[in-house]
Amino acid sequence: MNVKAVIKKYTMVIALVAVFALFAFLTQGRLLYPQNMSNLMLQNAYVLVLACGMLLCILTGGNIDLSVGSTVCLVGALAVKLLQVTSLNAIVVILICLAVGAVIGVWQGFWIGNIHIPPFICTLAGMFLFRGLGRVILASKTIAVSDKLFLNIFASYIQIPGLDNEKKWSALIVGIAVAVILLITLFTGRASKSKKGYTLEPLAPSLLKMVVIAALVVFYSNKLANYKGIPVMLLWVLAVVFIYAFITSKTAFGRYFYAVGGNEKATKLSGIDTKKVYFMAYLSMSFLAGLSGLLMAARIGSVNGDTGSSFEMDAIGSCFIGGASAYGGSGTVAGICIGAIFLGVINQGMSIIGLDNNWQYIVKGAVLLVAVIFDVVSNHKTGKAG
Amino acid sequence: MADSILVMKDITKEFPGVKALDNVNLEVERGEIHALVGENGAGKSTLMNVLSGIYPFGTYTGDIVYNGEECRFHTLRDSEEKGIVIIHQELALIPELSIAENMFLGNERKGRLGIDWDRTYHEARSHMDQVGLRDSEHTLIKDIGTGKQQLVEIAKALAKNVRLLILDEPTSSLNEEDSRMLLDLLLEFKKQGMTSIIISHKINEVAYVADKITVLRDGATIETIDNSQRNIDEDRIIKGMVGRELSDRFPKREHHISDEIGMEVKNWTVHHPVYTEKIVDDDISFYVRKGEIVGFSGLQGAGRTELAMSIFGHSYGTGITGQLFIDGKEVHLRSERQAIEAGLAYVTEDRKGNGLILPQTVAVNNTLARLDKVCGFGGVIDTVKENMVAEEYRERLKTKTPSVQQLAGNLSGGNQQKVLLSKWMFADADVLILDEPTRGIDVGAKYEIYCIMNDLVAQGKSVVMISSEMPEILGMCDRIYVMNEGKMVAEMDVADATQEKIMAAILKSEKTENEGE
Repeated sequence: MNVKAVIKKYTMVIALVAVFALFAFLTQGRLLYPQNMSNLMLQNAYVLVLACGMLLCILTGGNIDLSVGSTVCLVGALAVKLLQVTSLNAIVVILICLAVGAVIGVWQGFWIGNIHIPPFICTLAGMFLFRGLGRVILASKTIAVSDKLFLNIFASYIQIPGLDNEKKWSALIVGIAVAVILLITLFTGRASKSKKGYTLEPLAPSLLKMVVIAALVVFYSNKLANYKGIPVMLLWVLAVVFIYAFITSKTAFGRYFYAVGGNEKATKLSGIDTKKVYFMAYLSMSFLAGLSGLLMAARIGSVNGDTGSSFEMDAIGSCFIGGASAYGGSGTVAGICIGAIFLGVINQGMSIIGLDNNWQYIVKGAVLLVAVIFDVVSNHKTGKAG
Repeated sequence: MADSILVMKDITKEFPGVKALDNVNLEVERGEIHALVGENGAGKSTLMNVLSGIYPFGTYTGDIVYNGEECRFHTLRDSEEKGIVIIHQELALIPELSIAENMFLGNERKGRLGIDWDRTYHEARSHMDQVGLRDSEHTLIKDIGTGKQQLVEIAKALAKNVRLLILDEPTSSLNEEDSRMLLDLLLEFKKQGMTSIIISHKINEVAYVADKITVLRDGATIETIDNSQRNIDEDRIIKGMVGRELSDRFPKREHHISDEIGMEVKNWTVHHPVYTEKIVDDDISFYVRKGEIVGFSGLQGAGRTELAMSIFGHSYGTGITGQLFIDGKEVHLRSERQAIEAGLAYVTEDRKGNGLILPQTVAVNNTLARLDKVCGFGGVIDTVKENMVAEEYRERLKTKTPSVQQLAGNLSGGNQQKVLLSKWMFADADVLILDEPTRGIDVGAKYEIYCIMNDLVAQGKSVVMISSEMPEILGMCDRIYVMNEGKMVAEMDVADATQEKIMAAILKSEKTENEGE
């Protein structure tokens, strides 16, 4: 692979590195403080989770879900209300809330998939509906969470007594272990491939890539170790990301989302139930929005009527910055994660510098536009404008 | 020295990695109809795109002399100003706008304030009369058939004061009758002094209409044949195109038709999905034996595609009644999935529109209809197996693609068709309905598709071929059904069938209506 192809393939990674370096410089290294590195993750947990769901919607043909911010509010409100007024165990509350998220998904998926209501309109309606319902549950108040178990499940840090003291060694140990496992899987994978007689890619590039990833894992886990250790929220996010990465890249179920976005009629004539594909996209989206609602409630410690507002835009922005096609049919979970982290770094960096909120919007908007322009121009070069 | 309206000299055009045109020469005399023929990828369309400024001056080398002056077109508009108008294979009309609005799109008749609609409709009327289009100028494009849409395109060109009309595969989606009408229109224009260049795969049409025929092969001019006496031998043209003698356009096959019936349809009636009272297919019955190729002939709008799709898991139509037997057992197929599981395949006529996923790879397309066959536990795709499957079909069907990881959209028409066939062969169908399987592909690829069909029936499968090209129906099928306006009007054995008999069957059934859909 020549340099040009590498640059094209890893454009967003390179851009992420550049933006990270820029803000590390502008903040005089404060961005790299363990606390900030840990928060970078926690503050963007909801974006990563929502972006995974949004990717499935966008894959089906550039369709988006505008209602996710409101669903976050509704489910979050339900959780805090149930914890406040009932004596239900936190785990029961969590299950109820996730079920409600799924029910909202069934509602939207039914209208969009089976009745063919345009997703934009259906989810716009949902945006008002669920926001309103959330506020009704909250009775226009802010409700705080005090349930220990609930907070522990989502917002605590992993601490192993005896091992973790000033430095949270558990984080570093896990990080190193993951790095080693990554490197081992690279070699075992190659070994099994060569045993079956398949052609192997050259070792150097894939090894380099894996070494870089492993180094980043160790670097980041060391940062976590120097702060409070591994946040439980990170585990939730990683679980969602890995499940969605697996579904989209490895399963037949995931393949259908790409197929519908690539050519819906051809997909239907291939015997695939396209209604079900739409249904599942919106079901999964609302379910993840419900999960995000719980994550947010635990992270902030309270829920009010504005919780989750404009979250859908962060999720949609991450997808498009991360290379998902606005017309559907292409995009990867790895890509949208980079997009989400990219947005997160910009947010965090600007907050540390002390740039006010209004400017953050301007910068985010510009970045989104530039990313999409770049994608369109580099992928649809026709040799001629227009 | 002849009076040449256009001389293209030593045109060379390169794309990254490919030389699409290599010192091509083309000379067109004023007032003639000049045909440009060649296999897919020979460079015909590229040459016309160079001429019309779609590939601007500077991206190619060579000279274009038009009306005695050297031209350097930078945009399509530059060439249109000189009276060169190109009509592409995929029509550029907007379905929701009227005929008149489409005709003057981008070329609006402006009044003092905005568009002068009176003038627009008046001029539209006169151009429509020139091409013999009798519909109202207010009719929406979506409400007229492809044949008439083609006429609108020509009227649109007339509105631009066309002097040199270029038609890229104008008849590829037309039936024989509409095609003939279009060609006669060109001959009529010729009498009035217009010059046309026609790109076509249909050799008989070229022989009928063209004064001169230039053959392109692999991006180079092979020869220009004179046909002013209309005495050219079709095989002579084909020889130039493929560079070899194609002694028989249809491969021979040994007939092993079994007595067993693969699929039988009885009293099948289908209603239109939107206008539900309208009957699209009326009480159709037919059968196909194992090892047999059955042809469906008829004009466009005869209801053949609709019939096929309604059989294929009710993917078209409403109010479907009738019985369907596969392998002797009655089946009720309510979805495409059930149809596939019952051993049925419908290979669409519209490979780009609803056949292939163009932005996906050959391998992904190949397995889409039966993805479960390459899946392991829990629906996890075995990509290695998937690629091996695609590789196997690539070799079997001789699909020309650099790899099975190539995007389907990057392949030529004939190779896309092979990928589409691969997909349905992989789906293990016993009864294959092929809808216009050779539309828009070149002679060589057609021959290969025919060979594949012969292979399929040799394996004891049943093939139903819907085709608007009569020579192909007569050359390939064992038995022929003729449909017209939703009704089955004739069934004949290939031994008794001729083009005239098929046409007669269609025309005899048309007593009240004078026009198909």
